[in-house]
Amino acid sequence: MGKPKLSSKQDHNSCSPKTTIWWFYLVSACVKVLLFPSYHSTDFEVHRNWLALTHSLPLSQWYFDNTSPWTLDYPPFFAYFERFLSFFASLIDPKIVHLQEGLNYSSNTVVYFQGVTVVLSDLSLLYGVYGLTRNMDLRKQKLIWSLVIWSPMLFIVDHVHFQYNGFLIGILLISLSYLEEGRDLMGGFVFAALLCFKHLFAVAAPVYFVYLLRHYCWGGVLRGSSRLLIMGGTVASVFAVAFGPFFYLGQIEQVIRRLFPFGRGLCHAYWAPNFWVFYIMSDKGLAFMLRKLGVDIKTPAASFTAGLVGDSSPFSILPQISPIVTFIMVLLALSPCLLKAWKNPQPRRISRWIVYAYTCGFLFGWHVHEKASLHFVIPLSIVAAQTPEDARHYFLLSIVSCYSLFPLLFEAQEYPIKVLLLLLHSILMWSGFSAQFNDGTETARVPTGYTKKKLDQFGSKGSSNAALKRRGFALGWIERIYLVGLVVVEIWGQLLHPLLLGDKLAFAPLMLISIYCAFGIMYSWIWQLRSIVISV
Amino acid sequence: MDKGKKMKESETVLNDGDDYNCWWWLVQKGTAVTFVTIALFGFLIRVAVSTYPYSGAGNPPKFGDYEAQRHWMEITINLPIREWYRNSSSNDLSYWGLDYPPLTAYQSFVHGLFLRFFHPDSVSLFASRGHESYLGKLLMRWTVLSSDALIFFPSVLYFVTVYYNKPGRIRKSDVAWHIALLLLNPCLILIDHGHFQFNCISLGFTIGAVAAILSEKDLVACVFYCLSLNHKQMSAYFAPAFFSHLMGKCLRRKHPLLQVLKLGLYVLGTFAAVWWPYLYSTNSILEVLSRLAPFERGLFEDYVANFWCATSVLIKWKRLLTTDSLKLVSFTATIITCLPSMVQQIKSPSNRGFLYALLNSSFSFYLFSFQVHEKSILLPLLPASLLAMEDPSTFKWFVQFAMLSMFPLLCRDDLAAPYFALLALFTLIFNAPGQHIVKENNFLYHYLGTRTMNFILCFSAILHIVYLTMHPPEKYPFLFEAIIMNLCFSQFVLITLGSNIKQWMLNKPVKLEIEKKHN
Repeated sequence: MGKPKLSSKQDHNSCSPKTTIWWFYLVSACVKVLLFPSYHSTDFEVHRNWLALTHSLPLSQWYFDNTSPWTLDYPPFFAYFERFLSFFASLIDPKIVHLQEGLNYSSNTVVYFQGVTVVLSDLSLLYGVYGLTRNMDLRKQKLIWSLVIWSPMLFIVDHVHFQYNGFLIGILLISLSYLEEGRDLMGGFVFAALLCFKHLFAVAAPVYFVYLLRHYCWGGVLRGSSRLLIMGGTVASVFAVAFGPFFYLGQIEQVIRRLFPFGRGLCHAYWAPNFWVFYIMSDKGLAFMLRKLGVDIKTPAASFTAGLVGDSSPFSILPQISPIVTFIMVLLALSPCLLKAWKNPQPRRISRWIVYAYTCGFLFGWHVHEKASLHFVIPLSIVAAQTPEDARHYFLLSIVSCYSLFPLLFEAQEYPIKVLLLLLHSILMWSGFSAQFNDGTETARVPTGYTKKKLDQFGSKGSSNAALKRRGFALGWIERIYLVGLVVVEIWGQLLHPLLLGDKLAFAPLMLISIYCAFGIMYSWIWQLRSIVISV
Repeated sequence: MDKGKKMKESETVLNDGDDYNCWWWLVQKGTAVTFVTIALFGFLIRVAVSTYPYSGAGNPPKFGDYEAQRHWMEITINLPIREWYRNSSSNDLSYWGLDYPPLTAYQSFVHGLFLRFFHPDSVSLFASRGHESYLGKLLMRWTVLSSDALIFFPSVLYFVTVYYNKPGRIRKSDVAWHIALLLLNPCLILIDHGHFQFNCISLGFTIGAVAAILSEKDLVACVFYCLSLNHKQMSAYFAPAFFSHLMGKCLRRKHPLLQVLKLGLYVLGTFAAVWWPYLYSTNSILEVLSRLAPFERGLFEDYVANFWCATSVLIKWKRLLTTDSLKLVSFTATIITCLPSMVQQIKSPSNRGFLYALLNSSFSFYLFSFQVHEKSILLPLLPASLLAMEDPSTFKWFVQFAMLSMFPLLCRDDLAAPYFALLALFTLIFNAPGQHIVKENNFLYHYLGTRTMNFILCFSAILHIVYLTMHPPEKYPFLFEAIIMNLCFSQFVLITLGSNIKQWMLNKPVKLEIEKKHN
C-alpha cells in the first residue's frame, strides 16, 4: 500500500534503471491481477491437475497417471516446478491439490492462486530482459521494457488464456543475455535447463549447437576438446538431473511417449498462421479446379487437424506430409542461419539467429500452436529498437502475431480486453519508435553502439536532418494496406459475416484470420532470412 | 483532436530530464496522443475491473445497485413516462423504485433499449426481477463503459485542455501525469465498474461544467451543471461553489442583474427541458420530487466517515433527536461549514479559488449533510483530483483514505482484489519514476509531521489486514468498521480544514503581486 513517500521532491523521483523496471513490472502485475476472473482455457485445469498429481502421487507415477484427460506432457523440470508450487497450494487450499476432488475446481482460491503464480513466475522475464538491456541507453531500455513486460501477447496467453510462457521465455532471455555477454557456458546451461522445462524450445537447439561449438569450443585441439567436454558435461548433467530419476525407474520410454504425441495432426484445431495454411489451401484450390474440369477427385476422409488415421491422407492432390518432412523442412530453412553462425559466430547476432530459428519452427513445424509465435516475437523485441528497419519489421510482426492470437479468447467478455491490449500496444510502439528514430537531434545526441555504427555507414555523422528523417520510422504503403486489411478481416469476422451469412461457413472467419496472418508471418520470415543472409 | 493541437502550440515545452521519465515517448507527439494512450489504458483497466462481480451478485431477494439499475431499465422501457415515478400495480416503488432525477431515467431508458435489442429477457417486465446471466452482466457493464467513454473521458480532455491552456512553464509529462490521475481514479473505477453505478455521467458533466467555467463560458457551465444535477441529486454538493462563484463573477460585471437573469434563464431552460414530461401538473412534479428526497432512510447509512456517524459512537443522534430536528441540524451544520468558502468566492472569484470551493463545499456536504452514503466520497474526490497538481501529496493522502472508507463496502461486493490492485496502480502512477513532483507547502506536514503520518499509514495497512482476516468480537460486530470510519473521518477533517485555509490564503499572494506591479 501507500509507501510513505509524501516528501515530494523537486528532483527526479528515484530513477535508477532497476527501480524503473520494477515499476514496469508492478504496473503490469496490477493489470494482471485485474484479469483474474476473466475467461480461462482448459489449460487452467491442465495446470491445476499437474499441481494435484505432482503433489499427491510419487514421482514414479507422474507420467502414468490418467485420472484427468490432461495428463502431464511437459518435461520433468516443469513437473518439479509444479511440485514446488503445489506445496504452497496445499497450504492455501488442500482441495486444489486433490487428485479427484479437485477436478475442474474453480473457486476463487484456485483462480487467485494460479493467477498469482503466473504473475510471480514472470519475474524470470524481468530478470532476462534486464540482463539483455543492461548496457543500453535509458530511453531505449524503457522502450524495450514496455514491449516485453507489457506485451499484449503475454497478457492474452498467460494471464487470460492461462499458461506460463512469460516464465519460460524469461529463461530463454536469461540464456541469451549470457550468450551476448560472452558467458557461453552459462548460456548453454540455462538453455539446457529450458529444454527440460518445455521441449518445444528445442527448435533453436541446432543454432545453439553450432554457435557454441564455434564460439566456445573452437580453437586448438586441446583447448577445444576440453571445452567441448565441459559444455557437453554441463548439458548432460542438466538432462541427467531432469530425466535421471525416470531413467532409473525405467520409465524413459513412457516419458518420451508423453512428450512427443505424434498422433496429433499437422495442424492444430485452429490453424496457426504458418506455411501449412498455404499448403492446405492450395490443395483445396487445386482439387476444386480439377473437379470443375471434370477430374474425379475423392474428398479426403481424414482431417489434418486430427491424427494420422491409418494410411488415408487428408490431402486430395498434394502429397501427404509426415513429421519427418516437416523436420527436414525446418532444418533446411534453418541452414542459412546455421551457415552464418558457423562462419562468424558473433554474440551480438545470436538473438536474431535464435529468433529466426523459432520463426522457422513456427512456419514449418508439425502441429504448431498459434501461441508458439510468442517464442520469436518476445525475444525479437530486444533488437527491435536498433534500426528503423528493425522497428518497422517488429511493428508489423508483433501486431500480426498478436492479432493471430485473437481466436484464443472467443468469449464476448474478453473481446474489448484483447482489442484494447492490441491498440494500446500499437500506439505505444508507434509513438515510441517515432520518438526514437524521427527526432533527429535525439538520435544524434544519444547514439549507442549499433545505431552509431549504422549512422556512420550512411555518412550522416554531421546529422543533416533530412538524412535522418529519411531513415526515420515510417510505414511503407504495403504495410499500411496490410494493417488496414487486418481491420477489414476483423470487421468481416465479427460483424459482416454473421450478418450476411449467418451460421453458414462458421469456420470461414477463423480461416481468414489464419490465412491473412500467415502472409504477415511469411513476410517476417523472408525479411529475417534476407537480413541474415546479407549481414556480414 | 484539434483541441490537443492547439494546446501543443500554446504550451511552453520543457523536456529536461525526460530520459528518466517512464513515458518519455508518450509526450513527444503532443497531448492528443498522450491522452488517447492514457485513455486506452484507463479503458482497459475499467474493462478488466468489470469482469469482477457486481454488488449483490447472486444475493436475492433484494440484490444490490446492479439490480436497481437493471430494474430502472426494465421500468422505463416498459411503462409510459408518466408512470416511472408513480407507485402502481406494475411499478412497485418499494422494490428499487426510481429515486434519481429524470435524466437518470432517460439514461436508463436508452440503456434499456440497448439491452432489449440484444437480450430481451434481461429487461422484460416482472419476469426479469433479479435477472442474472452472463450476457446480461456483460451488456450492463458495457452500458457503464460506454457512458464513461462518451461523457467522462471527453470531459476530462476538455478540462485538461482548458486547465493547461495558460502561458507559463508547463512540463508535458506533468500533463500526462495529471491525465492519468484523473482517468485512473481508483474509487470511481471501483464504484462504477465494480460495484455498479453511473457516477461517471454526473461527475463527467460536473467536470464539463468546471472546464466551461475555467474557460469563461459561464452559460455552458450552467447547462452542464444542471445536467449533472438532473442525473444525480448528489451533485448538489457542488451547488454552493457554483452558486457563489457565478454570483461573485456577476457582481463584478457591468449589469449584475442582467447577468444573473441570463444565468437563471439557462438554468430554468435546462431544468424545463429535462423535466418536460412531468410539468403538466404540480402533483406530478411533487411526485417525482418526493422520490428524490430519501428522508425516510435516516441520518446516515451503514458506516460512513462523516460527522454524524463518527460522533454517533459517543452521541446517539438518532435516539436523541427526531428526524425532523436532525434534518434541520444537519442542514444548518452543512451551510455553516461551507459558508466561509462561499464568502471567499463571492468576494473574490478566481479559477483556483473556485476549484477549492468545489472541494470545500462538497466536503461540508459529505461530512455534515443528511443521508450520506459512503460512495458520496466520490464527490469531494472529484475536485481534489482536479487540484491534484496543486498539492499532489495531499491528494494522494486523500485518495488513500477515501479508498479505506469504502473498503468495507467493496469487501461486501467481493471486490477486495481489484481494490488492492487499483490502489497499488494509483500509487505506482503517482510515484512514477522520473516524474517531477512539485513541492507546494504541504500543510499535512505542518500539522502531523512525518512520523505521525507514517504511523497512520501503517495503522491503515494493519486495518486492511485485520478487516480481511479477523472476526470482530461478538459484542461489537461493527467494531472494525467504526475504527475505519473514525480514522477516515479524522483525516477528511484535516484535509478539508487545510483546503479551506488554502482557499482563503489565495487572496494574499494576488495582493502581493499587485503591490509589486504598482511598485
